Amino acid sequence: MAAHLKKRVYEEFTKVVQQQQEEIATKKLRLTKPSKSAALHIDLCKATSPADALQYLLQFARKPVEAESVEGVVRILLEHYYKENDPSVRLKIASLLGLLSKTAGFSPDCIMDDAINILQNEKSHQVLAQLLDTLLAIGTKLPENQAIQMRLVDVACKHLTDTSHGVRNKCLQLLGNLGSLEKSVAKDTEGLAIRDVQKIIGDYFSDQDPRVRTAAIKAMLQLHERGLKLHQTIYNQACKLLSDDYEQVRSAAVQLIWVVSQLYPESIVPIPSSNEEIRLVDDAFGKICHMVSDGSWVVRVQAAKLLGSMEQVSSHFLEQTLDKKLMSDLRRKRTAHERAKELYSSGEFSSGRKWGDDAPKEEIDTGAVNLIESGACGAFVHGLEDEMYEVRIAAVEALCMLAQSSPSFAEKCLDFLVDMFNDEIEEVRLQSIHTMRKISNNITLREDQLDTVLAVLEDSSRDIREALHELLCCTNVSTKEGIHLALVELLKNLTKYPTDRDSIWKCLKFLGSRHPTLVLPLVPELLSTHPFFDTAEPDMDDPAYIAVLVLIFNAAKTCPTMPALFSDHTFRHYAYLRDSLSHLVPALRLPGRKLVSSAVSPNITPQEDPSHQFLQQSLERVYSLQHLDPQGTQELLEFTIRDLQRLGELQCELAGVADFSATYLRCQLLLIKALQEKLWNVAAPLYLKQSDLALAAAKQIMEETYKMEFMYSGVENKQVVIIHHMRLQAKALQLIVTARTTRGVDPLFGMCEKFLQEVDFFQRCFIADLPHLQDSFVDKLLDLMPRLMTAKPAEVVKILQTMLRQSTFLHLPLPEQIHKASATIIEPAGESDNPLRFTSGLVVALDVDATLEHVQDPQNTVKVQVLYPDGQAQMIHPKPADFRNPGPGRHRLITQVYLSHTAWTEPCQVEVRLLLAYNSSSRIPKSPWIEGGEMAPQVETSIEGTIPLSKSVKVYIMPKPARR
Amino acid sequence: MPEIRVTPLGAGQDVGRSCILVSIGGKNVMLDCGMHMGFSDDRRFPDFSYITRNGRLTDFLDCVIISHFHLDHCGALPYFSEMVGYDGPIYMTQPTQAICPILLEDYRKIAVDKKGEANFFTSQMIKDCMKKVVAVHLHQTVQVDDELEIKAYYAGHVLGAAMFQIKVGSESVVYTGDYNMTPDRHLGAAWIDKCRPNLLITESTYATTIRDSKRCRERDFLKKVHETVERGGKVLIPVFALGRAQELCILLETFWERMDLKAPIYFSTGLTEKANHYYKLFIPWTNQKIRKTFVQRNMFEFKHIKAFDRAFADSPGPMVVFATPGMLHAGQSLQIFRKWAGSERNMVIMPGYCVQGTVGHKILSGQRKLEMEGRQVLEVKMQVEYMSFSAHADAKGIMQLVGQAEPENVLLVHGEAKKMEFLKQKIEQEFRVSCYMPANGETVTLSTSPSIPVGISLGLLKREMAQGLLPDAKKPRLLHGTLIMKDSNFRLVSSEQALKELGLSEHQLRFTCRVHLHDTRKEQETALRVYSHLKSVLKDHCVQHLPDGSVTVESILIQAAAHSEDPSTKVLLVSWTYQDEELGSYLTSLLKKGLPQAS
Repeated sequence: MAAHLKKRVYEEFTKVVQQQQEEIATKKLRLTKPSKSAALHIDLCKATSPADALQYLLQFARKPVEAESVEGVVRILLEHYYKENDPSVRLKIASLLGLLSKTAGFSPDCIMDDAINILQNEKSHQVLAQLLDTLLAIGTKLPENQAIQMRLVDVACKHLTDTSHGVRNKCLQLLGNLGSLEKSVAKDTEGLAIRDVQKIIGDYFSDQDPRVRTAAIKAMLQLHERGLKLHQTIYNQACKLLSDDYEQVRSAAVQLIWVVSQLYPESIVPIPSSNEEIRLVDDAFGKICHMVSDGSWVVRVQAAKLLGSMEQVSSHFLEQTLDKKLMSDLRRKRTAHERAKELYSSGEFSSGRKWGDDAPKEEIDTGAVNLIESGACGAFVHGLEDEMYEVRIAAVEALCMLAQSSPSFAEKCLDFLVDMFNDEIEEVRLQSIHTMRKISNNITLREDQLDTVLAVLEDSSRDIREALHELLCCTNVSTKEGIHLALVELLKNLTKYPTDRDSIWKCLKFLGSRHPTLVLPLVPELLSTHPFFDTAEPDMDDPAYIAVLVLIFNAAKTCPTMPALFSDHTFRHYAYLRDSLSHLVPALRLPGRKLVSSAVSPNITPQEDPSHQFLQQSLERVYSLQHLDPQGTQELLEFTIRDLQRLGELQCELAGVADFSATYLRCQLLLIKALQEKLWNVAAPLYLKQSDLALAAAKQIMEETYKMEFMYSGVENKQVVIIHHMRLQAKALQLIVTARTTRGVDPLFGMCEKFLQEVDFFQRCFIADLPHLQDSFVDKLLDLMPRLMTAKPAEVVKILQTMLRQSTFLHLPLPEQIHKASATIIEPAGESDNPLRFTSGLVVALDVDATLEHVQDPQNTVKVQVLYPDGQAQMIHPKPADFRNPGPGRHRLITQVYLSHTAWTEPCQVEVRLLLAYNSSSRIPKSPWIEGGEMAPQVETSIEGTIPLSKSVKVYIMPKPARR
Repeated sequence: MPEIRVTPLGAGQDVGRSCILVSIGGKNVMLDCGMHMGFSDDRRFPDFSYITRNGRLTDFLDCVIISHFHLDHCGALPYFSEMVGYDGPIYMTQPTQAICPILLEDYRKIAVDKKGEANFFTSQMIKDCMKKVVAVHLHQTVQVDDELEIKAYYAGHVLGAAMFQIKVGSESVVYTGDYNMTPDRHLGAAWIDKCRPNLLITESTYATTIRDSKRCRERDFLKKVHETVERGGKVLIPVFALGRAQELCILLETFWERMDLKAPIYFSTGLTEKANHYYKLFIPWTNQKIRKTFVQRNMFEFKHIKAFDRAFADSPGPMVVFATPGMLHAGQSLQIFRKWAGSERNMVIMPGYCVQGTVGHKILSGQRKLEMEGRQVLEVKMQVEYMSFSAHADAKGIMQLVGQAEPENVLLVHGEAKKMEFLKQKIEQEFRVSCYMPANGETVTLSTSPSIPVGISLGLLKREMAQGLLPDAKKPRLLHGTLIMKDSNFRLVSSEQALKELGLSEHQLRFTCRVHLHDTRKEQETALRVYSHLKSVLKDHCVQHLPDGSVTVESILIQAAAHSEDPSTKVLLVSWTYQDEELGSYLTSLLKKGLPQAS
């Protein structure tokens, strides 16, 4: 009977195929372009062996397919699928079907029936799995269609009993991605049985194949991600999987447990083998903690990471993670941390130097010692000691997150974090210093802890030291000895690594302003003043002395009694430093001096801020006065630009906006000026000089627009349109000027063509924004586009000229947050008189250290340029790893630049500066097919142009001739 | 009943002289062959006469496995193989194979040259012994013979230390040797998969200790050294040449590198240099950090640590010196100590345990005036620090390993009896497995129930599959076949094939049974009634009425005959073969109940 049925199915099948062939034939005729499907069809018919066919398919897959021809291609593929005997070709076809159904603008519901159909007759497990994958692609493409989803889920359930793990995997994946969310909807769709997807997936938690078990858990997680609420019963199932033999299963199970614990934190679960009950989140926390000592490091990393996000856990459990009950010969022992704390609180300072200092104390009741606790005991102690640094980093991160949410835990984990400062891997050390900084609001360092922290200041890695300076900026120190210790260590650091000067000064600035009362009693000692005798005046250029003064002056800001302790020269030094290092030394209320500037009270919102108002008003004035006579407009623009620039200098928070608008106005000004040139009225050949001016203006406008587009962070699409519009105008200007100054029509053809292409490009990119550009240059231009397309160059130029003159001044909307990118080269400082000597032909490495502010994606855009005296310029692409990100919007470039040159007779200076490379096509969205898998994306990193980003620094070098 | 027998010849409720005999699946394996530090008479080596009184050891032992190069695990090896006489294979990892002879030679020198012992093994014996060694790689399964296989797992502890899994058929034993569950500066942590052995033999040195985080210890150590060096003082660190010394070197080396310190560090020469060379070679056996960075720089190529010269001890300025031996009882470390002890700026750091009677023990217990040879009194003004760097797993670590391997039984060796007691109790309580702790010479016998694999012929399997539903993993299924045991392998085949293979002819076994029926009618009619009755009852079976008047149900024959004496009673002769026993007995019981009255 079954055989008979099968036969009938096959019969029906063949019929379907024949009909399809006819369809294709009609389709082929309709297509005007050379059809992709036709070509494919011919290729596939030519193929004599499966290997050939596979080759054709692979070739075909390299090229994108347009949405309108997808269906035809799919039909061809399906037809070949039915005929094909070789499973590998069928596999490829199936995968192509999946890829094609992802094409944007193509609705794959029409091929679903076929896909399900061929699925039912497929014998090869691999092809089956691939087909299910295709169905998944189709299903995800049609998220609204409930009926289709139900059908797919049905198909998946049917194949869940397959013997191959690959098929079961895909089925579970399908269920996870498409399993219905609301049961009510499921009921009224064609009476298909309502399936409890969770139950079905849950059954496969005990599958015999670990890969299927993993897939089942992943599917469950997928359900959760899609917003389906998982049942609490899954928790127990997942807990069993924690002791699975395979690491992927355990790793996924840990995730699942975490998810459930976040869903039902407060439900109560019983503790096995006792009749107590605890909260689910606590239980889950204990279980995940246990996994921190798992055999596989992948699981350990996973567990350690997840611990960090379990904030609802009770503090009792949380604190256990740092507690590992020590014992020695069954007697309780105190940890080194406890001992240190005790020593500190007992007033003694140095640690005991006798053997048996850590001698165990009281006897332990053997019954009470629990060696592998089910609880969270010591999870972090283990995690931080792990062999793999990945686990240690994860543990430090988790510690950080938990400490941020619980101050008492922060206090406790401090000892452990401090210990991590001695890790063997720099990354871990750095991470723990950063972590400490993040939680520093919650903690006050004890003296012995501070001691350990400060010991790291001698580290030879610059990153570590700087991270530590940042940490010290925001730590709370409890005693005046602590401050003194910190200062001493920082000064030691300064003598050992003089390059850290700026960072140390900054650090002391914050240290002083945070602890004015602790600094006060130290002042006489630090300034080495004496009640009776005058002491020698210290050297003003000594960085160490400056460091001390920075600390004191910042403390004095909030401590009015302090200046009384200063000696005369201190006041003089203050005046000097206030001018030379104004960012480090605050304004002090000193006796006999009036305070120069009063600080702006910080609680004014930007709208009420008078300077902000001023900015708005001056801009509005400009925009409203566009129909004034040219002379007046020019003057107004010039004044406004000047005002804005000054405003930017005064108010640093408005600098970005002010500069941005000033640049725009400058472009406009240049355009107006260029259009005012006399050359327009006179016969062309006579005014070559003026035309030079106009050309220069056009060129400058272009440059400025690139700056506007790429040098500011926070520029939105509406500004980009205006900028591009301005650029288009500049290009038009260029075209007109060229047309007037060159003879002959031939070169103009090319230029016109190019310009029109640009206009077309503009229209395509900003089609959505065109309504905002009413009455503008482009608006008019697009109206006349059909005429321009056919017109001769001379005519085009004429039209452009009139339009350019008539065009109005577009209002530039100001973005919310805008910052100008800037960069400062800290090193090389450019002060050295000693040339860098090296043998010609060999290379010398020059350390470059720069800070970048508000640069987006610096890894790809920031380049270093070296200009040799002979005019030779070299552009160096720093490695992505050379960029560090110390804070939001800030980057630090520390790299080495290799210089080389032929021999010189004299030492000479080369210029080093940073450039910002841009590529205007990078803003254009990519085609979706490219993302679809095997196709290699086009190289996007090409550089269109560069903008100088920093001032250039001169480096004195001397390539010597090689000695023979 | 198959069993596993374990007898410790050394290290049973004791530390030192590790030597454990294991008999598993008819194979005898010796695990480790160590010497005891505490004795210098016969007791220092295990009593090999226990293995066999007369007769060669080679005949009795299948192989010897050495877990690592410490002398208490390999010290008796040349004595055992060359003097007692053993020619079979000795298995150890490559680093152990490389470093072991250096230590043995050193040990021999001290015993023979210094103490003047006679009848000790010679250098040639060490060389001959090492020729019998077979090196194994981590996770490599080595087939010792057809049945016995061994596999090494990483154990931390020292370079090249390994845990071994010994497997015969489906029975297996894991021997840990010494291991460390917390990684240190140069070695990783021990790791084993869930191999579920029948028995796990684990060391239990720190059975009753849970250690503090190693980071505190390291930090303390570095801080003390750093402070002393900054003060311009000298630091003396007495060490044993191998193992801890390398860890401390790496620790100091990286610290010097990080902190950019300039004070020199010296390492007293001797066998250390040779050993360091091996450390450089066996990078895969070290920890993650060293493995990852050795391409740029091999961590064992020390930049700051130089070879020590006697003259350096008197040179001014700060320095750090590692010197042997570790307990400060003789040699270079004692010489340097005597020179430096007078100044309070200097410091000595004892990184390990010191035996009673040594100078190390004296100064650690706080003695400030030491009597040296020749009635000299040495006043110790330098600071004395104690720092424990031990590479054994603590109680938590042992439990962790037991949890990872999931054994059926645990056996504790290499530890003190009292401490083992505690751990034993804990293991039994936490894992619910039985735990043993035999003393030396005491034998533990475990009976095992190994699963025996049986090959089934495909034909038979397919036939069974065709008959019933798909196999269900949770329910046992009955299957008819013949078990053939031949050359120690087992096969399940169908009986026909078995007969063919064995060249036997089939015997037919038939049961016959007479059933008396009270029926007055003729035989034919009776047969017909029987037929119709059976037909109605046995719907699933093929019931036929043959022309000769007999009835067959499948292969069961039923004939009706008149009783010779009582004509009203008919005798039903039921005959069935042995294979149809079930159906046949069911039929007879059915017929015995009588036929239903014809309507």
